[in-house]
Amino acid sequence: MIIPGIQTTSPQANVSPNGRYAIEAHNLNVFYGNFRAVKNVDLPIQPQKVTAIIGPSGCGKSTVLRSFNRMNELVPTARTEGEVFFGGQNIYNPDVDPVEVRRRIGMVFQKPNPFPKSIYENVAWGARINGYQGNMDDLVEARLHQAALWDEVKDKLSQSGLSLSGGQQQRLCIARAIAIHPEIILMDEPASALDPISTLRIEELMHKLSKDYTIIIVTHNMQQAARVSDYTAFFTMDDDRAGMLVEYGRTNQIFTNPRDRRTEDYITGRFG
Amino acid sequence: METQIREPSHESFRANLPRRHVVSKIWRAVFRVSTVVGIVALILLILNICNRSFGYVAVESPFNLESQSLQGVPLEELPKEELLALLEENVSRGTFRRLDREKPFEQRSQEEVYVLLIAEVGEPKIVKTWTLYESLFQRARVFAQAQEEFPDAELRFRSWINWDFITSQLSSEVEKAGIRTAILGSLWTIAITILVAFPLGVGAAVYLEEYAGDNPINRLIQTNINNLAGVPSIIYGMLGLAIFVRSLAAITSGAAFGANGDTAANGRTILSAGLTLALLVLPLLIINAQESIRAVPNSLRQASYALGATKLQTVLAHVLPNAIPGILTGTILSISRAFGETAPLVVVGAATYITLDPSGPFSRFTTLPIQIYQWTSRPQDEYRHLAGAAILVLLILLLSLNAFAIILRNRYSRRF
Repeated sequence: MIIPGIQTTSPQANVSPNGRYAIEAHNLNVFYGNFRAVKNVDLPIQPQKVTAIIGPSGCGKSTVLRSFNRMNELVPTARTEGEVFFGGQNIYNPDVDPVEVRRRIGMVFQKPNPFPKSIYENVAWGARINGYQGNMDDLVEARLHQAALWDEVKDKLSQSGLSLSGGQQQRLCIARAIAIHPEIILMDEPASALDPISTLRIEELMHKLSKDYTIIIVTHNMQQAARVSDYTAFFTMDDDRAGMLVEYGRTNQIFTNPRDRRTEDYITGRFG
Repeated sequence: METQIREPSHESFRANLPRRHVVSKIWRAVFRVSTVVGIVALILLILNICNRSFGYVAVESPFNLESQSLQGVPLEELPKEELLALLEENVSRGTFRRLDREKPFEQRSQEEVYVLLIAEVGEPKIVKTWTLYESLFQRARVFAQAQEEFPDAELRFRSWINWDFITSQLSSEVEKAGIRTAILGSLWTIAITILVAFPLGVGAAVYLEEYAGDNPINRLIQTNINNLAGVPSIIYGMLGLAIFVRSLAAITSGAAFGANGDTAANGRTILSAGLTLALLVLPLLIINAQESIRAVPNSLRQASYALGATKLQTVLAHVLPNAIPGILTGTILSISRAFGETAPLVVVGAATYITLDPSGPFSRFTTLPIQIYQWTSRPQDEYRHLAGAAILVLLILLLSLNAFAIILRNRYSRRF
């Protein structure tokens, strides 16, 4: 697969891995029990860009996303084959600590899931358990600013995170994720449970954050993918329902001039 | 091929509707009746207990001290021999021998014998008791009966549950008998049960839910815990007798720690009882804690892991704080059950008659339910009043334990 703007990794690149990419899946296969959910995915992610993963339900988008920070391991039956290179190393090497991986690759989930603790504690907890040495108040304030939430919560930092609206909760989750300063933020349909205005604010936020962070977002909403992402990967299922990457490239190319007929069918709504 | 189906019609819907409402009403009545039956049973139970705990008593002093003076000599100036003779006349032979054993009469001074005489026979005796129902609704009959059968006796309304009852030791005399020893024994035992069962139960639940994988061994363990929850308590008593009282006697009697516990206890101690009850409630506690832990949303665990938390950090900061209200509720229920257990403690060897307060885990013990059982099995009426009062104390203690735990739980769950 030759994609303009992206060079497919050569075998050499695998030996001295992911020099120019933030993170790179190589020949990734994920199984749940005997079921292969993801099949032979090669997906190099550009640093400091927003990459959207789109595709129909059940095509393994979330599974691919979660294999980037080894969250799939929390599913007892899940098994991952292949490599994910990050920071010059395959994160699935036996000597790599998943705790370290997850600290450096943060995640925001589909349903806002703030801890049932105070707003302050939601942001501070991750930093504290990871041994943050600086001034916690300053960190919390800075991260809430970055998540565009500070003005709304500055007077009620000690209230429960659950007292916020859905959109605020999701921005709190983003503040929580960036509190430990990850290099990559994975977002699993972060706006699907939110109303249009909250969705818009999350999208603005993503755009702002992409200056500092590499963002990978799974979305069902193609307008959203078109609006926020720089690159888009289209996944679908093959005949045995295993998810596979169909096409990957710059977002405007995917949406205006898709190379694969399946991509075109999907984005024009003729998916069958 | 298209099959012909009959469309649902308004007519069949209407025809059906009244019947559906009737059935619905019948069932509502059934559910209401079950609730009412339960409440009535509860009220009857409480009435029955109160019926025994209060009521008229006829009090008689067989030995009227004021009128007692022999040949014009006041009682306190009588020689020791005559006082002794009076004592022997008015107490049972068993009591007389016991008093002699406690301190031989030859060694007692005249003054001591006088004090003894006042204490043993000078006190008024309860000769007849009536229930609360009789005292309230059949007063005339009670008074007549008292007048007829015990003309010398004074009729008093007695609350069998009173401060003296709670604070005095066990006694063979009805009006002096108290349950301090049993209350202390119950509290000591339950404290040991909580200290052992709570950490073990929560620990096992955390392991089974958060750490253990899904493999045949863990499934076997899980099945066994579920089955153990249904094992009759007397079997735990046998287990406790075999393990804690017999095999581990050196530890449970305190000998291994150099504690000079009650030597007669040889393993039948508060420690053995507490450990046995801990075994008894452990399966219940584990199952309940597991359910509470399972009810913690997985999204919290994922959020925690995604921040680079370790398993322990996730469990301590998110899983347990969110599960603790449920865990405490289950603990309350389990501990209440243990508090009222009698059978296993009888097997483990609760003392039937002790007047010595427990001084630590290595003491011999009795507990409230044991004491109640003892009293109810006596033939005399008076003891049934004591049992009623003791049941009230037991219920009050249980309710206050539960209230404490509920306050604790609410405080935890209010933290968001």
